[in-house]
Amino acid sequence: MRVIEPWVAEPLQRFLSESSARVVLLTTASAQVVAQHGFTRALDVMSASALGAAIMASTEELGRLTASGASRSLSHQGPSRGLFLAGFDLPQGRWIGLVVYDRDSSLGLVRLFFDRMVEELRAVAPTETPAREVLAADFENELNASLRSLFGR
Amino acid sequence: MNTDIVAALESVTRVRGVRGAMLVSAEEGLVVAEASMEGLDGAAVAALTAGVVARLSRATEAAGRTPPAFVHLRADGGGLMAVPALTDLLVVAVTDPEVNVGLVRLELRRVAENVT
Repeated sequence: MRVIEPWVAEPLQRFLSESSARVVLLTTASAQVVAQHGFTRALDVMSASALGAAIMASTEELGRLTASGASRSLSHQGPSRGLFLAGFDLPQGRWIGLVVYDRDSSLGLVRLFFDRMVEELRAVAPTETPAREVLAADFENELNASLRSLFGR
Repeated sequence: MNTDIVAALESVTRVRGVRGAMLVSAEEGLVVAEASMEGLDGAAVAALTAGVVARLSRATEAAGRTPPAFVHLRADGGGLMAVPALTDLLVVAVTDPEVNVGLVRLELRRVAENVT
C-alpha cells in the first residue's frame, strides 16, 4: 500500500484487511492519485485513475440527465473479479475509490467496509487545507512526485 | 414474488427468539428481502454472513466434503443461522441466545425450498 496523504493510511489499511480487496485506488475527482494498493506499474495507476474519474463524471451526468440523482457507486461483476467504483465527499473535495475484489470478498463486503472507510476518512481528514492555485507548470512535477511516492522510485 | 418471499421470511421471525430473517445473494452478499430486521444493520448482516458461508463452503470443499446445508454461528449475545438455497441465495436468521434451533432450521429450510 502506498499513500500520498499519511492520514489516509490507517483507514485504508483497515479497509484492505477487512474487505480482502485485491486492488484499491483512491483519487480526487480530477484523477489525482491519493493512495493505491495492488498496482505494480505507474502506467496502470494513471490509466485506472483517469478512467475511474471519467466513469464517475459520466454516470453523475447521466444521473442528472435522467433525474435519478447523482450516482453514489457502481459495480461491475466479471467472471472472476468484481469492480466497485464510488465517489464520496471529504473536506478536501470529492474523491473517488476504485476497488477490485475476487472470490475472497463480495460486493456486499466491499460496500460495507468502503462506507466505513469513508466515515473514518471523514473523521481524520484535516478540515483546513491551504487553498492554492494549481499551475500548469507544477502539474508534471506534482504528477512525477506522486508517482514516486506511490511506487517508491 | 417479493411479497411471497417476505411472507415466507415472516414465518421464520414468528419463531420465539428470532430477531430477523433475510434472503441474501450468496455470491454478492447483498440483501434480497428481509423481515423484522429492526435494530439490525441488514446490509452488514448480509455481507458478513455471505462471507462466512462462502469461506466455510470452500473449506469443506477443500476437505473433500459437500458444502454445508446449515450454518449456525453462536455468540454470547445471540446467534446467526443460514441455509443455502439452490439459486445462489442464503436464507438467514438472526436470533437471541435462547432459541429453538431445530424449529428455526426447519423454517429456514422451508423458505429455502420455496424460493428455488
